[in-house]
Amino acid sequence: MVFLEFEKPLEELYEQLDKIREVEKGGVVDVSTTIKELENKIRNTRKDIYSNLTGWQRVLLSRHPERPYTLYYIEQMCRKFIELHGDRNFKDDKAIVGGIGNIDGQTMVIIGHQKGVNTKMRQYRNFGMANPEGYRKALRLMKMAERFNLPVVTLIDTMGAYPGIEAEERGQAEAIARNLFEMAKLKVPVVCIVIGEGASGGAIGIGLGDRVYMLENTWYSVISPESCSSILWRSWDYKEQAAEALKLTAEDMMSMGLVDGIIKEPLGGAHSAPEEMAKTLKKHIKKTVAELKELSNEERIAQRIDKYANMGEFDYYEEEVAEETDKKDKSKKKKK
Amino acid sequence: MGWFKRLKDGIQTATQNKKEAPDGLWYKCKSCKETSTMKDLRENYYKCPLCNYHVRIGSHDYFDIIFDGQYEELFSNLIAKDMLEFVDLKPYPQRLQEATKKTGLTDAISVATGKVNRRALVIAAMDFSFIGGSMGSVVGQKIALAIDHCLKTETPFLLISKSGGARMMESAYSLMQMAKTSAKLTQLADAGIPYFSFLTDPTTGGVTASFAMLGDINFAEPEALIGFAGPRVIKETIKRDLPEGFQTSEFLLEHGFLDFIIDRKELKERVSDLLALFAKAG
Repeated sequence: MVFLEFEKPLEELYEQLDKIREVEKGGVVDVSTTIKELENKIRNTRKDIYSNLTGWQRVLLSRHPERPYTLYYIEQMCRKFIELHGDRNFKDDKAIVGGIGNIDGQTMVIIGHQKGVNTKMRQYRNFGMANPEGYRKALRLMKMAERFNLPVVTLIDTMGAYPGIEAEERGQAEAIARNLFEMAKLKVPVVCIVIGEGASGGAIGIGLGDRVYMLENTWYSVISPESCSSILWRSWDYKEQAAEALKLTAEDMMSMGLVDGIIKEPLGGAHSAPEEMAKTLKKHIKKTVAELKELSNEERIAQRIDKYANMGEFDYYEEEVAEETDKKDKSKKKKK
Repeated sequence: MGWFKRLKDGIQTATQNKKEAPDGLWYKCKSCKETSTMKDLRENYYKCPLCNYHVRIGSHDYFDIIFDGQYEELFSNLIAKDMLEFVDLKPYPQRLQEATKKTGLTDAISVATGKVNRRALVIAAMDFSFIGGSMGSVVGQKIALAIDHCLKTETPFLLISKSGGARMMESAYSLMQMAKTSAKLTQLADAGIPYFSFLTDPTTGGVTASFAMLGDINFAEPEALIGFAGPRVIKETIKRDLPEGFQTSEFLLEHGFLDFIIDRKELKERVSDLLALFAKAG
């Protein structure tokens, strides 16, 4: 088990538990009550820790090295799945995977960012940072889904689109922009779920849909807390503050009305019970796809565009009011 | 050419709206370091008279250059709101106030409608001087409203991008403006109304990765910085120097992401030609 820094108290309890188990193996002393007590304590401590997570702690959890990634979920959810490769133009991006699969009788196209599970694979997957061909592969699969009237599910987990020379040469910006444009008017249901990190353009590049959900311990923001700290605070040391300021947790996103729901994770995070997590995820996908299929294509697209058109908060400046209040308190704002 | 004279005299735009252009008598070129008079610079469409470097100008300068004299500004009553109570080194409201004071603008984009050689056009132009031309809710909403206006009046749309990207102080709200503007543009496309995207120095980040790259025609000013990731970020990631001319307009033209590059002097004529060629027959 890998323990994160804020899980230190848990780590200590587990160590104690291991020691007592050793004693139990010796068979001389009866320690069953102590074990029970310890297990209770672990449960309570975990509850305590996990009910008061800060934004930064959620960021750490979303990057937990044992956290399940797209291909794991696909394997758990689909009876049959065929991975499809390549954008038909340049190459096959390993940081975005996709294919056609079947979840309990419903065939769909599933696409997602993929991170590596060990050092070698992390490099192979480019740390889940896609190049333009990744976004173009995703679009190719979405257009295929549209032709065959198959729902699209995307799983988001990236620290951003890859910032490299070749990525710029091949039009990283164009690839993401094109996906946003095409996803907005895709004729089939589109369900997007943030399963880990949701950083900026790299995330939203496969993240525009009829329903957008976030797993409980994930984040979604315009920029990673580290980069935000380096730009706004001009130092890498303010990532915790940046994580708070950016309001990037699932709860924050829900209260801002920018996502449609939160999917509960098992206590201790998705990695502590990945099979259970996959089951929950599958249930949500099935339910959502079924709901969305009830709507006609036109209704669905109209609602989708409407949903995004309503995102944003602003005030109205009214000169006459401003002049009056100016005299009183210099406030130039008037609430909507 | 009547409009040329108007530009020289600056009749159409109040002086406070022209803050982006350098003030004073003399102008020292950022590119060739030579000095020329402000008068020569203004008469030369804010391009260096010696090396043709295109000085960054503001939304209203572009309105003056492109429209036949008069234009009507739209949706200028929208202002930003500090939804997240965002504080970094300064609180967001303070940044907004300072930007407004410095520029006389309400946010990083202005929308106007007018005529170009007697053809109607809606222009949305961004101001880099307002918090780096960053895109927050107001920018997204003004673009959305401009598109609605184009749909209602069946008028072509020109969007002049000049932005560092999304506005961090509005976090996910600003990110969602990428989705919002792109989604709205599909309505313009469905209605068969042309959308021209004009990229100027600089256009990066979430702005490039949404509406700026989605024009029926994408075109740019010479030597503008255009890209997704900023050059500094790329350099830090790959740990080597960037090739010369990387992420310039010319680079993008060469790699197939722009239709053409246009000198500011020929901008109006080119926009006018586009409008004529895209105008519906009959």
